[in-house]
Amino acid sequence: MKILVCISNVPDTTTKITFTDNNTQFNTSGVQFILNPYDEIALARAIELTDGGNGSVTVINVGDASTEATIRKALAIGATDAVRINAKPHDAWMVAHQIAEYVRANPFDLILTGRESIDYNGSKVAGMLGELLDLPSISIIKKLDVDNGTATVEREIEGGKEILSVPLPIVAGCAEGVAEPKIPNMRGIMSARTKPLAVIEPVEVKTFSDVISYETPAPRGQVKLVPADDAAKLVSLLHEEARVI
Amino acid sequence: MSVLVYTENAGGKFKKSTFEAVSYARAIADQNNTTLVAISIGDVSNDELNSLAKYGAEKVLNANNAKLKDFINQAYASVIADAAKKEGADVVVLSNSFSGRGLAPRIAVKLEAGLADGAVALPGQSGGKFSVKKTAFSGKAFAVVELTSANKVISIVPNSYKVEEKSVAAKVEDFSAEGDPSDFKAMIKDIVRATDKVSLPDADIVVSAGRGLKGPENWGMIEELAGLLGAALACSKPVSDAGWRPHSEHVGQTGIAVSPNLYIAIGISGAIQHLAGVSSSKVIVVINKDPEAPFFKVADYGIVGDAFEIVPKLIAAVKEYKASA
Ligand SMILES: Cc1cc2nc3c(=O)[nH]c(=O)nc-3n(C[C@H](O)[C@H](O)[C@H](O)COP(=O)(O)OP(=O)(O)OC[C@H]3O[C@@H](n4cnc5c(N)ncnc54)[C@H](O)[C@@H]3O)c2cc1C
Ligand SMILES: Nc1ncnc2c1ncn2[C@@H]1O[C@H](COP(=O)(O)O)[C@@H](O)[C@H]1O
Repeated sequence: MKILVCISNVPDTTTKITFTDNNTQFNTSGVQFILNPYDEIALARAIELTDGGNGSVTVINVGDASTEATIRKALAIGATDAVRINAKPHDAWMVAHQIAEYVRANPFDLILTGRESIDYNGSKVAGMLGELLDLPSISIIKKLDVDNGTATVEREIEGGKEILSVPLPIVAGCAEGVAEPKIPNMRGIMSARTKPLAVIEPVEVKTFSDVISYETPAPRGQVKLVPADDAAKLVSLLHEEARVI
Repeated sequence: MSVLVYTENAGGKFKKSTFEAVSYARAIADQNNTTLVAISIGDVSNDELNSLAKYGAEKVLNANNAKLKDFINQAYASVIADAAKKEGADVVVLSNSFSGRGLAPRIAVKLEAGLADGAVALPGQSGGKFSVKKTAFSGKAFAVVELTSANKVISIVPNSYKVEEKSVAAKVEDFSAEGDPSDFKAMIKDIVRATDKVSLPDADIVVSAGRGLKGPENWGMIEELAGLLGAALACSKPVSDAGWRPHSEHVGQTGIAVSPNLYIAIGISGAIQHLAGVSSSKVIVVINKDPEAPFFKVADYGIVGDAFEIVPKLIAAVKEYKASA
C-alpha cells in the first residue's frame, strides 16, 4: 500500500502569538517550528499500516527550504521518502492544488492529513484534495483500519460517532485516537539524513483569499475570587452578574 | 445573487447552531439587499422546515430522498453546490460543525469560491472588499481574511453569533437532487449517538476537569454537576491520554475548541495549550487548589481550594438555586 502523508510546519504549541507591521505579519522571531501534532498522528498510523515493508509512506510538504528540519523529523520517525513543493503556502486552496497536482502524476492508495493545522485551523486541505481528486474525503477521523482495499473509519459527529466503510483511495484527516505519535529513535535519526527528499517546483494557481490583518483576543479583567466555603455566592454571581445560568 | 445557508439537522431536528447559521446568513443577505435561501438535506418534517422562516429564510429547499437520508459528505456537498448554482447564490453559509468542516472545502472547490472557515463575526464589506474575521492559532488570535473570489463560502463557529428572530413568509420547495453515483462510495455502517449527552462543540455550558481529579473514579461529581447545569463534559489532554475519559472530551489546542457561554475548569492548571481551545468562552470559572495556577489569570470567577470539598458544595448550591428559581 502506498500512503501519502501531508505534513505542515507550524509554530510550537507553547508559542505566544504576536504580530508585527501594524498587526499584519505573524512575528516568527524566536518561534520554534514543529511538525503539526495531528500530522504526527497521521504519520504514525501510516507507518503502522505499512509495518513490515508492506508498502511505503511518502510525506509531502508545501513550503520553502525552512521546513526541511520538520521534513527530516518525519523521515526520522519512519517515512520512506519525502517531497517538498518549493513554495510558501498561501492558503489551503493553493496547498491543496499543489498536492493534487503531484498526486495526479503519482497516485497513492491512501492520502492522510491532520484534522487541521494548529496555525490556521482550517480543516480545509483534506476536503479540497478530495474534491480536486474526485475521491471521498473524511475530515475528522478517530480510527482508521484498512483491509483488502477497503478502509473502515470512525468519524466524529456531533454527540457521537459514525463508522464508515470506504473503498480506497480516500483522503482522511486524522485526529486523536487514530494512533499514538512516534518518537524517532537513534537509527531513524541517522537514516533520515540519507533518505530521499525530492524538491519540486510549484504549479501556478490562483488564490482566493488573503490574510489582511490579525487581532489578539481582548484581555480579560481581574478574576473575582469567591471564598471556598461560599459556593452559593458563586452560583448567584453566575446568575445575577454574569447571567450565564 | 442570493445567500444560501445549509441547515444541518440531527435526527430530523435543527440544532441551535443551525439557527445561528441562518441568522448569520440573514444578516449577510440584508447587507447585500438580497434574499436568503435555505437548503435542508435528509428527512426533516414540514413543521421543522417552516420554522426556518422565523429566522429569515424566504425560501427553503427540501432535498429529501432515501439516498440522502444519512450524511454522506461527498453527496451532500454536490447537492449544496448544485443548489447554490440553481439559486444564483454567491455566498454559501454553513456551521463549522464536524460535518460542516467536511462539506465547506468541497463546496468551495466546486464553486471556485474563497473559503472563510471558522468565522466569528459578520463579514466587513467596505470599499468593495469582503473580509471575514476567523479564529487562528488555535484560539490564540484572530485573522481577518479577505475573500477575493466572486463566490464565497463561510463556515461559522457554533456559539459565536446570536440567534435572531426575523420572521418572513417562507415557502418550502422540494429540491430534487440525486447526487452523482461516484458520490456514494462511502457507506455508513453504523451511527453511535450518545443521545443523553450534550454535544461538546454546541454546548452553552461546559464542565471540564483535569488531572487534579486524581483518577477516573472521581468523575461522578463532575457528571452530576454537568447534569444539573445541562452542560457538556470536557477534560484536559493528560486525562484523555491516561484513558480516564474518552478522547472526544479532550479540549485545547490539539483537542476540540469550544466557546460556550460558561466554561467551568476544575483541577486544570491552565497550560497554554489548554487555554488555546477554551479562551474564547464568554465566562470562565476556575476551581483549583493552587492560587498560582495560570488558569486564574484568564478566569472571570475563581475559587481557590480543594475540588473534592468545593464541587459537592457547588452541587448543593446549584440544587438550591434550581429549587428556588
Ligand atoms: C504538543 C502539545 C499539545 C497539547 N495539547 C493540549 C490540549 O489540547 N489540551 C490540554 O488540556 N493540554 C494539552 N497539552 C498538555 C498541556 O501542556 C498540559 O500538560 C495539560 O493541559 C495539563 O493538564 P492538567 O491541567 O489537567 O494537569 P496538571 O498540569 O497536572 O494540573 C493539575 C491541576 O490541578 C490542580 N489540583 C490538584 N489537586 C487538586 C484538588 N484536589 N483540587 C483542585 N485542584 C487541584 C493543581 O493545582 C494543578 O493546577 C499539550 C501539550 C503538548 C506538548
Ligand atoms: N503547507 C502544507 N503542506 C503540506 N500539507 C499541509 C500544508 N498545510 C496543511 N497541510 C495538511 O492539511 C492538514 C489540514 O490543514 P488545514 O486545512 O490548514 O487545517 C494538515 O494537518 C496537513 O496534513
